[in-house]
Amino acid sequence: MSIDYNQKIPNNVGLSDNKTLQRALEHWQPEFINWWQDMGPDGSQNFDVYLRTAVSVDPGGWAHFDYVKMPDYRWGIFLNPAEEGRKVNFGAHKGEAAWQEVPGEYRSNLRRLIVTQGDTEPASVEQQRHLGLTCPSLYDMRNLFQVNVEEGRHLWAMVYLLHAYFGRDGREEAEALLERRSGDADNPRILGAFNERTPDWLSFFMFTYFTDRDGKYQLCSLAESGFDPLARTCKFMLTEEAHHMFVGESGVGRVIQRTCDVMNQLKTDDVAKIRAAGVIDLPTIQRYLNFHFSVTMDLFGADVSSNAATFYNTGLKGRYEETKQDDDHLLSDANYPVLEIADGKLATIQAPYLNAINEKLRDDYVVDAKTGIERWNKIIQKAGIPFKLSAPHKAFNRKIGPLSAAKISPTGNVVSEAEWTHHHLEWLPSVEDRAFVSSLMGRVDQPGKYANWIAPPSRGINNQAIDFEYVRFN
Amino acid sequence: MTYPEAPPQTITYDTHPDQYKHWRLTFDGPVATLSLDINEDGGIKPGYKLKLNSYDLGVDIEFHDALQRIRFEHPEVRSVVMTSGKERIFCSGANIFMLGLSTHAWKVNFCKFTNETRNGIEDSSRHSGLKFIAACNGTTAGGGYEMALACDEIILIDDRSSAVSLPEVPLLGVLPGTGGLTRVTDKRRVRRDHADIFCTLTEGIRAQRAKEWRLIDDYAKPQQFAEKVQQRAEQLAELSDRPKDAQGIALTPVKRTIDDVGYHYETVDVVIDRTARKATINVSAPIAKVADSVDAIVADGAAWWPLKMARELDDAILMLRTNDLEIGTWILKTTGDAQFVLDADASMVKHQQHWFVREVIGMLRRTLARLDVTSRTLIALVEQGTCFAGTLAELLLAADRSYMLSLPDTPEQEAKVALSEMNFGSYPMINGRYRIAARFYDEEGPIAAARNAIGKTLGAAEASELGLVTGTPDDLDWEDEIRIVLEERASLSPDALTAMEANLRFGPGETMETRVFGRLSAWQNWIFIRPNAVGETGALKIFGSGNKAKFNWERV
Repeated sequence: MSIDYNQKIPNNVGLSDNKTLQRALEHWQPEFINWWQDMGPDGSQNFDVYLRTAVSVDPGGWAHFDYVKMPDYRWGIFLNPAEEGRKVNFGAHKGEAAWQEVPGEYRSNLRRLIVTQGDTEPASVEQQRHLGLTCPSLYDMRNLFQVNVEEGRHLWAMVYLLHAYFGRDGREEAEALLERRSGDADNPRILGAFNERTPDWLSFFMFTYFTDRDGKYQLCSLAESGFDPLARTCKFMLTEEAHHMFVGESGVGRVIQRTCDVMNQLKTDDVAKIRAAGVIDLPTIQRYLNFHFSVTMDLFGADVSSNAATFYNTGLKGRYEETKQDDDHLLSDANYPVLEIADGKLATIQAPYLNAINEKLRDDYVVDAKTGIERWNKIIQKAGIPFKLSAPHKAFNRKIGPLSAAKISPTGNVVSEAEWTHHHLEWLPSVEDRAFVSSLMGRVDQPGKYANWIAPPSRGINNQAIDFEYVRFN
Repeated sequence: MTYPEAPPQTITYDTHPDQYKHWRLTFDGPVATLSLDINEDGGIKPGYKLKLNSYDLGVDIEFHDALQRIRFEHPEVRSVVMTSGKERIFCSGANIFMLGLSTHAWKVNFCKFTNETRNGIEDSSRHSGLKFIAACNGTTAGGGYEMALACDEIILIDDRSSAVSLPEVPLLGVLPGTGGLTRVTDKRRVRRDHADIFCTLTEGIRAQRAKEWRLIDDYAKPQQFAEKVQQRAEQLAELSDRPKDAQGIALTPVKRTIDDVGYHYETVDVVIDRTARKATINVSAPIAKVADSVDAIVADGAAWWPLKMARELDDAILMLRTNDLEIGTWILKTTGDAQFVLDADASMVKHQQHWFVREVIGMLRRTLARLDVTSRTLIALVEQGTCFAGTLAELLLAADRSYMLSLPDTPEQEAKVALSEMNFGSYPMINGRYRIAARFYDEEGPIAAARNAIGKTLGAAEASELGLVTGTPDDLDWEDEIRIVLEERASLSPDALTAMEANLRFGPGETMETRVFGRLSAWQNWIFIRPNAVGETGALKIFGSGNKAKFNWERV
């Protein structure tokens, strides 16, 4: 069977001339479609969804909008255009020409980085697959599906690297990416956070704001890689990741907006009354924020890590905006502050910078994540309500690394087991909180209609109206 | 009762399940479970954290103790499941930062002890009906896989990410030196090209291919894993001939005092001469006839002389090896009534099928094997009052040289050497031969002559005639002769002596164990002093810092 690859799989990697890649994809593509049918958004395969498809890397090409059935979505393979004479910009190989092929000695580490990144993409689709059943509007449903197909495309991007550069091992790893299942006890996804369900839309918005932002920072670090195809792939993925964070930030913002509106209508800050009016009270939103922020903190990895040091020094994974950092990009003699628990308190120690690369990325992330929280606070402020959301301390509720050994409050104080037991319901969503949020979830699928607990967006997608029929159910 | 504390720097091998920091030992009928759950902050020396279930000597001391408890205190145990108390990680092997900080001698001693403990697992499987299953419930890397390799069977969890691996070569620039490289071929019979790939792959091999390549015996999904392990443990337990309803004996603490002179036990005494760099190890015979009925023997338990002596000698060997590196010559002596030793031997022969006696013989066998692989010169001195008889004659046979005082004028006053059944097969060395067979290269004539001497007391001339001793100076020559032997020995290069003795002790013919201690350890110890591993930019030294090793590319 001959396939018109360029038509079926939009790409800028010369797929129609690349026999190796064709052979790999011939086998993998049908399995991907099977996976999508099994594990993609529940009950949505026949919907026509107003989606953005990347058909080229030109300014006009990466955002092509049209109705499409998701299984027919044209998942493509795109790399940012090559940068002439690009060098390895950090670590022991700094100044050497960037690698166009995988260096043999780094094959295993590179593959591991790519597989770990790649595994998160289908995982989040699996985590979110039931959310379509409880969407608060067609607009939100469409955004969910857009995020889902793009996570699918990001999987393609990683699979392309595995297929094109890692031979038989790469093909096996690519298959394994479709075989693991989020939350499956026998066959889980690699990272813990990606085995948790995304149970409701507030969680989804928090996830896209906080956890997808970790994705952004990981991609930014990989976009600095000395392995040029990885760097170029990640750069292009970042253009799509921005939309996911937009969905998260605007989603949470609209939930806050609606709550503030109702609080002002009822002139109350009584949680019971606010909940009775069918909107989510601000303290619950803060607890959701605390949870997702802290889970995401763990995704950056151990505070002091020999793997991170190796990845950096061997030129595989840089820092966020590596080339803009004002130092020698070798870091062999530099230190970086990390937290540890000493005498029952958090203390800052100086760790070798190379080993603290994860912590540096975590700190950069925290700065960025806080800016969106401030924008949410503007909404509350504008409504004249005296309440402020805040990011918890980065040591709060950690499950990995040395900080997981202690109980730490959102303000960064080490607390006793008893204090934690006493206060944790104020800090993290309780079963009741989750049950309440879940009780609000019900499908709203009329164009222009929005669930009671969320405000409509200020504008539609691709300049369409907010009552545009973003999904047709057929 | 309390015993004097050891000086702060002295490492001891004392522990008890109540004091374990790193292991949990639980019992369920015929199946014991040993769970490794290493306390990161519980290193035996400062300066490193035992992350990812990685071990140091302290972890292995507990491991060794746990095996001893199973052997002696739990005769009802027929199979042992080795697993991890941590999620997604079985064991990641020896702690690399510990190795990086350690002196060469510490590394070598550590590797030797860990090797002996793993050999001990196989020894118990071979001789005592204890079967071991490695239930690898997560990443099984390096020394972790070597621990699994020592077990009879390996079952790996198939969760799509856990793998078995020996990443020492690609990651650290050293060998999987705790028997890994040897067991992959000699025990598991992994094809050599597969083994070549496996040993250069940092990420290791996951369940299905691991089974295809014989690296594991079986695998199971997480939901079925525990059940499969349990099932297999019960099946292996069925094959065991350990007693179903016997009571174990308590392994009471070895009573030891440490002072400036040396280490002192009830049946073993060690006197150290630091100036001459020699230690005299004196082993005492029982002071009366030992218990001879099964009931009385079990009632004596840890106080039964053969076990008490074995445990004390074992401890003395370990103490000297670990704490007294410059004491290069060990003089082996015995004291007491040879008849009591021969009685004890007769008792062991008579009851060798009994679980407890069988374990005691095992303990003696492993202790004597520990002596064989010790990197110290061993010289046995047979003087008046000594009793190199039966089991204690093994010390004479283990020595690199032995001297027996001859008294031509009063031959009736000469110390006597005596052999027993126990000298002919009960205590095989790691090369699979008992010491007399190894001594005479399996030649029938001298072995038969020695065997015919069972029941006789042999004076210097007869012992010499039979080839059991090296030299028989008379009372006029003795003092000078021995002094010169010892002084001359002490002047030679300790490295050359260690190597020479190890070459001469085991003779022709290899077993997996001799390959581990000879081929594997020797190459590993060479690598351990090479700059490519331990130089400032060597792979072992810089591991974890993120820096790249800088190799000298010359192949040597």
